[in-house]
Amino acid sequence: MRNGEVLLRVENLKKYFPLRAGVFKKVVGWVKAVDGVSFEVFTGETLGVVGESGCGKSTLGMTILRLVEPTDGRIVFAGQDITNLPPARLRLIRKDMQMIFQDPFSSLNPRMTVQAIIEEGLKVHRVVPQSKMREEVEMLLERVGLSRDYIRRFPHEFSGGQRQRISIARAIALRPRLVIADEALSSLDVSVRSQILELLRELKKEYSLTYLFISHDLAVVRQISHRILVMYLGKVVELAPKERFFSRPLHPYSVALISAVPIPDPEARRSRIVLKGDVPSPLQPPSGCRFHTRCPKAQRVCAELEPSLQEIESGHFVACHFPGCVTLEG
Amino acid sequence: MQEETRKALRRLFSNVSGVLGVVLLGFFVVVALFAPLLAPPKSGRDPYFMPVVTWSADPLPPSREHPFGVAGKRDIFYGVVWGTRTAFRIGILVTLASTAIGLFVGSLAGYFGKILDEILMRVTDIFMAIPFLVAAMVLTTVLGTGLDKVMIALVVFSWMYPARLIRGNILQVKEEQFVLAAKSLGVSDFVIILRHVLPNAIFPVLIQASMRMGSLVITAAALSFLGLGAPQGYADWGALLNYARNWMLGGYGATFKYWYMIAFPGGAMVLFVLAWNLLGDALRDAFDPRLRW
Repeated sequence: MRNGEVLLRVENLKKYFPLRAGVFKKVVGWVKAVDGVSFEVFTGETLGVVGESGCGKSTLGMTILRLVEPTDGRIVFAGQDITNLPPARLRLIRKDMQMIFQDPFSSLNPRMTVQAIIEEGLKVHRVVPQSKMREEVEMLLERVGLSRDYIRRFPHEFSGGQRQRISIARAIALRPRLVIADEALSSLDVSVRSQILELLRELKKEYSLTYLFISHDLAVVRQISHRILVMYLGKVVELAPKERFFSRPLHPYSVALISAVPIPDPEARRSRIVLKGDVPSPLQPPSGCRFHTRCPKAQRVCAELEPSLQEIESGHFVACHFPGCVTLEG
Repeated sequence: MQEETRKALRRLFSNVSGVLGVVLLGFFVVVALFAPLLAPPKSGRDPYFMPVVTWSADPLPPSREHPFGVAGKRDIFYGVVWGTRTAFRIGILVTLASTAIGLFVGSLAGYFGKILDEILMRVTDIFMAIPFLVAAMVLTTVLGTGLDKVMIALVVFSWMYPARLIRGNILQVKEEQFVLAAKSLGVSDFVIILRHVLPNAIFPVLIQASMRMGSLVITAAALSFLGLGAPQGYADWGALLNYARNWMLGGYGATFKYWYMIAFPGGAMVLFVLAWNLLGDALRDAFDPRLRW
């Protein structure tokens, strides 16, 4: 997978939200939701993006699709720089990159039928002739595991899992190359979650999709991803192939995240690293290494100097002054 | 959608005030439709002008020939019946025009936001800051009198309310993920507003429009009462009340001597406004998503 073709390259991507106050709406600060993130996604892989809520992973996904405009940096998709693409040309590119949203209750227009929802993108890009539209929508419905009889129904008649299937049908209708799943499983029941996960896996094979899988749930990410990217306060702290990440994480934050995943074996012993306090405000991120306020092994240099993302082993990147100082074995 | 509408209608008709509003409104519609039968106009004349029925300037009380009495030499019954058409015309045209303008301005402001929102909303504020009746009076004196001028004045000073309302609703709907989803499908902004945002934001505006329909008729009547609206002899409730201006205080020792001059056109107006308000209330209840069943 490492040697595959690069489908998406993100270079030093930044998204700052201005914080305004006062009569003249003066900018009094910036919320640095995404602060200089760089990575690549290879064709055919699944890159899992993990991190606590508020670390900027959703903003990252939306910025890549340019649903929010980036503050700085570059987004290169399939060899084309789409960072400053004018709206008309951006719309053409949208066919190739789709998103599955977190909340299946807010992501479907309550006043549109299932058919209208799924065929909307197909109509915009004129992928399927009008005469074949119904057939195509029925095929998509069955592909995501829903009955073709649902075509005339409205979203409120479905359960959360079914709605997420409709949402997936809408996303794959255009045969995109990249699908960004933003917490696509988080609002579902555990049993439904594994079904949808399986569906995503099948669709990936069938339509040769590439996933950017954003989630706070390491257990889910572990099941589907080839590589894992960990974000903390708008920065990438670690990026590694899955096996290596789970066997030998190098960043103390990654270690803490992995150790927090419950092991379904009561006999198993593992040291748990419990992080103190909350994620600091992205409005005033800590100096130096952003994690130093919660790091169990923080030194003086951590508070002064910001570590850069470095390739420690082949394909294993980490941003830490003392990589490997905390291990899973304790 | 159809099922949704059917459910809403069922809720509408299980509501006493809703039924009352619909019945009242139905009554006015029937009167307006059958005006030529209820009060036959003299052939060859514009039916919207009340024919002169007497040479005496004094009002005449209700009689067999003139069931609502006579005011300003004209039959009040004829005026009330044909005035229903005038009321509907003013109400519907002004409401349609002001709602359309308001929807346009409010959608632009709400959806595109930022500097456009700022500019449009400040303009809206300026229009709202001007006292409505005074502004309408000034505008009609500038434009000249006449019903069409009154309607223009009413539109110019009432589009802000739907604009404000739709903007607020759009700001809320805009944050829904299905709008982002449509964007990521490559749907154009115009279509997003039309298909995704407006249908989910428009109901409160329609309900407000129904309520405004009634109050606009009162305002138009007020302008007519002041002599700024309908021309002499035009079948309009406000114009009928205008005839009553000099007789309102009654005769010596008989305060309510000329009651019919006010009671019939005034009563029609009150019932008309009431009908729209009841309907608006019932619609709000029927379309409230928290009351779905």
